[in-house]
Amino acid sequence: MRARAAVATVLGPGGRTVVQRLASAPPLTLRQTGPYTVHLVSTAAGPLGGDRLALDVAVAPRTTLELGSVASTLVLPGEGESEMLITARVGTGATLRFTPEPTVLAAGCEHRLLVRLTLEPGANVLWREELVLGRHGETTGRCHARFDAIRDGLPLLRQEFTVGDPALDTSPAVHGSARCVGTTFLTAVAKEPRVADGVAVLPLAGPGTLVSALAADAVGLRSRLEWGERTTINGDDSVAFGGDGPVPGLQ
Amino acid sequence: MHPALLLLTDSRLPAGGHAHSGGTEQAIASGAVHDVPTLAAFLKGRLHTAGAVTAALTAAACAHAASTTTAPITGTPGTPLWGRLDAEVDARTASPAQRHASRTQGRLLLRVARRVWPSPVLDGLAAESPNPHHPIALGTAAHAAGATPEEAAMAAAYHAISGPATAAVRLLGLDPVAVHGLLATLAPDLTAVTAGACRAAVHQDPGWAALPACSAPALDLLAERHATAEVRLFVS
Repeated sequence: MRARAAVATVLGPGGRTVVQRLASAPPLTLRQTGPYTVHLVSTAAGPLGGDRLALDVAVAPRTTLELGSVASTLVLPGEGESEMLITARVGTGATLRFTPEPTVLAAGCEHRLLVRLTLEPGANVLWREELVLGRHGETTGRCHARFDAIRDGLPLLRQEFTVGDPALDTSPAVHGSARCVGTTFLTAVAKEPRVADGVAVLPLAGPGTLVSALAADAVGLRSRLEWGERTTINGDDSVAFGGDGPVPGLQ
Repeated sequence: MHPALLLLTDSRLPAGGHAHSGGTEQAIASGAVHDVPTLAAFLKGRLHTAGAVTAALTAAACAHAASTTTAPITGTPGTPLWGRLDAEVDARTASPAQRHASRTQGRLLLRVARRVWPSPVLDGLAAESPNPHHPIALGTAAHAAGATPEEAAMAAAYHAISGPATAAVRLLGLDPVAVHGLLATLAPDLTAVTAGACRAAVHQDPGWAALPACSAPALDLLAERHATAEVRLFVS
C-alpha cells in the first residue's frame, strides 16, 4: 500500500489558525478535532511490510498545529519493509506540537521511520516519538528510525535508532532491559542538563533540547518524557507550551 | 596499514585519552556492567552506536583534510567547512557531557598532533576551531600523519572501545587478559564498523548530512549522570 497524506495551516483573519488542507490517504486518515488540532485515525491495519506511507505537515508562519493520533500504531510484518516518512516544515513564529501515541513494533516487522523537520527562525516545536519493542510478551520486530531537524539551514539534531539486533538491543550501552524507548525534541531550551531515573534532559548545542527516556512499559515511558518536557519548558520563559497554566503562543 | 595509526591508537599517546571511560565508570556504578560478559555487551553496543558515528565523522574529517590539502578552497588549508562538519558532530551529540568530553579530547589531541606531525592542515584547523570535536581532530591528525580515511575510521572505532575496556579493568579489577581477549573477539565488528563508516563518509564530502547518527540512549543517560557524580575516577 502506498499513501501520502498532508495537513497544512494558513494564517486566517484576526491571526487565527485555519487548517487549510487536510488530505487523507488511507490508512492515514486525518480528522480535525479542534480549531488547530488534528488527529491521525488509522483506517486500516498496519503499516504492514511493503507499505510506503508519507505524511507532509506544513505549519504556516504564526499559526499553530497540534497533531496527535487516536491510537497507537501497530507495525506488522508483511512483504518486505514498511516505511513511514514524515516531512514537516514549521514557519517563522509558528507552533507545532506532534504527540502521537506510541509505535508498537510487532514481532517480525521490518520498519523504517523517517522524520525530516525543517524549522524557520522562531519556530516552536515539541515532537515526541515513542517506540514499544514488541507487544506484551513478544520479541520485538526490526526498526530503523532516523530524525533530522534542520534550523535556519543548519543541523540541530540528527538521531538514528536501530531496534531488532538482539546483541545490541540488550546492550547496557544502548537500552539494556528497557522495552520502551522514546524521545521528545523541543525548541525550548533547558537551562541545564537534568537526569532522573531512566530519563535525561539534554540541552543541544544549538537552540533546542532532547528529552531521552527508557522504560519498562509505555505508561512509564510517557511519564518520564512528560517530566523531561515539563523540566525543559518550566526553565524556559520564551516557550509556547506552558503545562497547566495559560498557554502563551497558542491562540 | 600506515605505522602512524599505531601511534594514534596507542593509549600511551599523551593526549589525555586515559582519563575518559566513555560511560563505563557510570555503567559500573549503576551495576549494569559488573563482569566480562556484561562488559562485552556494553562494548559491542558502544561500538555499533557511538563508535559507528565517530568512525564516520573521523573518516569524513580525514577525507576533508586531504581535499583541503590538495585543492585549498580558500587558498589556505583549513577552510570554513570545518565549521559545517563541527555542526554535524554537535547535531549527533545530544548529551552536553559527551560534547564536552569530545571537545576536551579533541583539543588535547590537536595540541599533541601539531607537535608530532606539524602540518598546515592542523594549523588551519587550530586557527578556525581551537576546541574541535575529537573525531575532527583525530581525522585531521590521521591525515597529517599520512593515514587514509579508512585507517582514521579504524582508529576512531578502536578508540571507542579500547579506553572503556581498560577503564573497566581498573574499576572492576577484571582479568586484563580476559578483557583483551574480549577486544580481540570484537575485531570483526571493528572491521564492519570501519567499512560502514567509510562507505558513508568518503564519497559524501562535503555532503555530510546523511552520515550515520546512531544514538545510544543509555550512554546519554550514563554520561549525564556521571557529570553530576560526586566521586569519580574518570572525566567521562
